[in-house]
Amino acid sequence: MGNLDPLGLTRRSFVAVSSALFVVAALPQKIWAAALRPETAFQATTLEATFEALGGAPTVSDGIVFSTPDIAENGAVVPVRIEIDTSVLSDVSKIYVIVEKNPNPLAAVFQVPPNTQPYAETRVKVAQTGNLYAVAEANGQLYMMQRETKVTLGGCGG
Amino acid sequence: MASRIRIRAQLKDDYCEVKALMRHPMETGMRKDQSGAAIPANFIEDVQVLHNDVVVVQAYWGAAVSANPFLGVRFKGGAQGDIVKVVWRDNQGDSGSGETTIR
Repeated sequence: MGNLDPLGLTRRSFVAVSSALFVVAALPQKIWAAALRPETAFQATTLEATFEALGGAPTVSDGIVFSTPDIAENGAVVPVRIEIDTSVLSDVSKIYVIVEKNPNPLAAVFQVPPNTQPYAETRVKVAQTGNLYAVAEANGQLYMMQRETKVTLGGCGG
Repeated sequence: MASRIRIRAQLKDDYCEVKALMRHPMETGMRKDQSGAAIPANFIEDVQVLHNDVVVVQAYWGAAVSANPFLGVRFKGGAQGDIVKVVWRDNQGDSGSGETTIR
């Protein structure tokens, strides 16, 4: 018993335990990253519920330059581009793309650190004619710009 | 899996423009196959753009992003020859990545 410390740990088992602790300590970073995905907002089924999940209804801002086609022939592939006029709206850290009439309106979130331009381009599915919203988060405040896109062929067909 | 992303990084005035095209079905989980059975949801949830191993854009996507998704972003501080990497992970745990050098 002479080689056991008061906790009943030998030196060897202490090394094993402490390295196991290190692995556990490294884990939460991944869990934390996963938790940042706004799951509630992604699961919301109405525009109001989506805004609610993001933190309330945004105010309209001219600082958001939101480009979408007026008429989309194929709702499965609708190009969207969001650019922020930083002279009007500064410190944008997140950009959300929301499609009002989709089963789950929130389509995408782009998080940008300060050295990245608040700019995002992608293609989304639009189920039917309705409004698309670009929402920008700056200093905890939400701003938006909306555009109507007419869809001649829905995004949820075969 | 690198072939599953086509990626280009180009230096513009004061920023670097990254364009990436991923190969992915982006199934919503709401479609049915010919026998009427639901096709399970399979879509990219998480996309990161890294410049020399530093995350410059973190994106979270839902199933509403189109199949074979396109991503266009811009970041500052890039130089010719730097490595730009795009990494994605989908809701079924599959992942892919691709990298290129800035030109």
